[in-house]
Amino acid sequence: MNTPRLTVATAWLDGCSGCHMSLLDMDQRLIELSERIDIVYSPLVDAKALPERVDVGLLEGSISNADDLALARRFREHCRVLVSLGDCAVNGNVPAMRNHFPLEQVLARAYRENVTLQPQLPERGVPALRQRVVPIHGEVAVDVFVPGCPPSAEAIWQVLTALLEGRDPDPSAVTRFGA
Amino acid sequence: MPGPASQPKVRVVTFRVDDQDLSAREDETLIEVCREHRIPIPSLCYLEGLSVWGGCRLCMVEIVGQPRLAAACSTRVIEGMEVRTDTERLRRYRRILVELLFAERAHVCSVCVSNGHCELQTLAQRCGVDHMRMPRRPVSYPVDSSHEMFRLDHDRCILCTRCVRVCDEIEGAHTWDVMGRGSDCRVITDMAQPWAESETCTSCGKCVQVCPTGALVKQGTSVGEMVKDQHFLPILARRRQPR
Ligand code: SF4
Ligand code: SF4
Ligand code: FES
Repeated sequence: MNTPRLTVATAWLDGCSGCHMSLLDMDQRLIELSERIDIVYSPLVDAKALPERVDVGLLEGSISNADDLALARRFREHCRVLVSLGDCAVNGNVPAMRNHFPLEQVLARAYRENVTLQPQLPERGVPALRQRVVPIHGEVAVDVFVPGCPPSAEAIWQVLTALLEGRDPDPSAVTRFGA
Repeated sequence: MPGPASQPKVRVVTFRVDDQDLSAREDETLIEVCREHRIPIPSLCYLEGLSVWGGCRLCMVEIVGQPRLAAACSTRVIEGMEVRTDTERLRRYRRILVELLFAERAHVCSVCVSNGHCELQTLAQRCGVDHMRMPRRPVSYPVDSSHEMFRLDHDRCILCTRCVRVCDEIEGAHTWDVMGRGSDCRVITDMAQPWAESETCTSCGKCVQVCPTGALVKQGTSVGEMVKDQHFLPILARRRQPR
């Protein structure tokens, strides 16, 4: 009766939270899932600290600022299997479109040129943007890539069940870039 | 590849593809035979009805006894040949080729007009490409929106030259050509002028329909709305053959 439960941690870096919404979109399968996994760290739960050992880490979003990088590194350190969830994590997707312009130009566009009242660069309390946006595996090793914008609930379910059952997930069977 | 006008005798040859014994006319190419027998061969530059370009290399197959791989679109069948279309080595090379295409220009499928109807996107999924191992080139190419009906986005172009060939061989206008080398290589209209200023373009739209990606699209299309129709091509190509 004692099927081992998987511990899962999730986070979103430079993403829109759509992949997390897709995860929640599993309807009644969420109940089944909750009987087999424990979400130990996530924007969806209250836990404030990433546990020492986690079975599966799901990262949504690309690495665009200093905090993204730090969190991606911590996930790599603490998670046995690290999953890039969604196109931003997998290939940079929309956040990486700013790579076509120098960072200074991007900041100027957002905070000076298009602003009418007190144009200024936000510096306090926000992490510094990095020169280039990179996918997760541009900075840390990733074990499973789940493309899609967002990957469907079905695709996430398939990947998670494969990991639960100790199989190698086959994301290309269920999702693709832009899905 | 249209055959010569009057052909007295064409021999029939027999050969093996994977585990099937097949026969075909000796002037047929491997990809034609495989398509006929529903043996999947990935391809991007090949399109039935156009001349063979042999540029994308996705259709490569192994021929037993030959150390070099052969492009199925530009290899004729030969008596007794033994062909493998789905070995581990081929799968590995195909993945790399697709990854390189994605890394070379800015493919952002989620916001592309061709999302869901793109040959490159479908091929990536079929080849098991779920990420790119090489970093993307952070270079952007211009968009030519000058034409009142069509749009060209170089960021999505894979330089398959289908547009060049259909415009030259089927429409007879030869508006399109290729300019530059390496990563500067791009398709151009007339003498690299804005498309709207082209004196040869008839606005027939054939290039848009045969383009496998979201590089050539109709104006006014938004994400996922560009669906292409290539049914006209084999019909027109047959009619253009000398009888
Ligand atoms: S052209 Fe195809 S592969 Fe490229 S971004 Fe558009 S849908 Fe994706
Ligand atoms: S514009 Fe389209 S058809 Fe022409 S070379 Fe580029 S990808 Fe091929
Ligand atoms: S389809 Fe044969 S090389 Fe492109």
